[in-house]
Amino acid sequence: MAGLSFDLIALQLFAGLALGAIYVLFAIGLSLIFGMLTVVNFAHGAFYMVGAYVGLYLISIGGNFWICLVAVPIVIGLFGLAVERVLIRPLYGRGIDYPLLLTFGLSYVMVECVRIAFGKTGYPFDTPEVLQGAVDIGVGYFPLYRLFVIGATAVVLLALWLFLEKTSYGLIIRAGARDPQIVRVLGVDVSRVWLIVFGIGTAIAGFAGLLAAPLQGVIPEMGGTILAEAFVVTVVGGMGSIGGAVLAGLLVGVVVSMTSLFAPEMAKVSIFALMAIVLIVRPQGFFGRAGLMS
Amino acid sequence: MLQVSQLNAWYGASHALQDISLEVTRGEIVCLIGRNGAGKTTTLKSIMGLMGRARGSVIFKGEELLRQPAHVRFALGLAYVPEERRIVQGLSVRENLRLGLVASKHKKREAELIDEIAVIFPRLAERMDQEAVTMSGGEQQMLAIARAMIAKPDLIMLDEPSEGIMPVLVDEMFELFRSMKAQGTTVLLVEQNVELALGIADRAYVLDQGAVVHQASAQALLADDEIKERYCSV
Repeated sequence: MAGLSFDLIALQLFAGLALGAIYVLFAIGLSLIFGMLTVVNFAHGAFYMVGAYVGLYLISIGGNFWICLVAVPIVIGLFGLAVERVLIRPLYGRGIDYPLLLTFGLSYVMVECVRIAFGKTGYPFDTPEVLQGAVDIGVGYFPLYRLFVIGATAVVLLALWLFLEKTSYGLIIRAGARDPQIVRVLGVDVSRVWLIVFGIGTAIAGFAGLLAAPLQGVIPEMGGTILAEAFVVTVVGGMGSIGGAVLAGLLVGVVVSMTSLFAPEMAKVSIFALMAIVLIVRPQGFFGRAGLMS
Repeated sequence: MLQVSQLNAWYGASHALQDISLEVTRGEIVCLIGRNGAGKTTTLKSIMGLMGRARGSVIFKGEELLRQPAHVRFALGLAYVPEERRIVQGLSVRENLRLGLVASKHKKREAELIDEIAVIFPRLAERMDQEAVTMSGGEQQMLAIARAMIAKPDLIMLDEPSEGIMPVLVDEMFELFRSMKAQGTTVLLVEQNVELALGIADRAYVLDQGAVVHQASAQALLADDEIKERYCSV
């Protein structure tokens, strides 16, 4: 263990937060959609992947990264709206497994379409020039782009929090996640709320895919890996809980990052070990409501 | 104001309502009475649009409601306070009241209407920013009624408002129903406490096994021990 200084550990902690930030963005959408619509969105990873590819495409036709930051969530969000309206809506009221199977199939279709359009091999995704390099954060030099990822995630979370806590629409969403029937009785067209929640969730997934692209490049299968890891995040945080997704996302990021420092071969397993430990101590996750799945 | 005719409803294969017909005129308090399982709650749910399968006719202010979803019925001026109150967990008293206005045409006057309702419900005014589910059952019932009233419905349907609530609050609540009526709100009330309900109602329908078996003025029914004995005693 020689050479493991405090600074190195601190830097690795930051790297874990940057990794965790991507998990958080991915998992809040997954959690929001599940909490509200009781749809386990197996296509969430595919939306994430398509977000990265839309960014790649926009840059190839002359756009820049900043345009992508705005355009990608809009494009993916609109795509999400269409998917909910056309494919998922007819399945409400038929039990949790119908939309699950549908989105599972949809993710295969989306991955295959991207393979046809962009090829099976991946592409590198350049870090925008102003975000290249590293900055001194006190304990050592840390890649500027990773700091940007943490910052951008914080901005999205803040915006989402303001939207949910301070607007009427947010009030409807918070109430509808607990009791859709009373919201209906109070005059709200719940199906429209579900549509918007699905759009928001997928837009954030697309945004996360774009943010992740410069870190790991883009390949058609990039959504599958993160989907499995994000399910761990939502289970640890508590299904349907946004606060839980944030806390668990960061925790999972840090755990992966730390185990890859001390025992790299354990890094991937560590996520599932964490999940097992949390589930033994607290089966509903950090902030989960017991019985939500029943 | 409300004409229900030949209303039938089902829970799965069980035929819960059989040809229910009833009528509520503007400004009236009409009461549905009968034993548990007689179909009172199901009648209210069907009028609000919460039963999956219903047949017949529900005409409210001249419009046929039966094919309309619940949120459209709300927009037409129908309000429903369910038996379980359905106070939303995690929201404050104020947020629950705001929820009563989010889809209403009065939404822009939110602050004003919340002040107005706080005058009518002083108990809620003191607890505006408290999490609503931490209040007593009676206070939660008051909140559920306030949440339904705040959007100024033309007809309010109340399911067992007195259930599990201490007597002093029940009196307060029934006094409130009287003043609602005085202000022109029409009330359709389901109540186990028959004497109390008939005390404020104009007319009543007696339900048994999913059908209307008797109807009379509240006064006549109060005096009719035989009917009360046969259909309402537990």
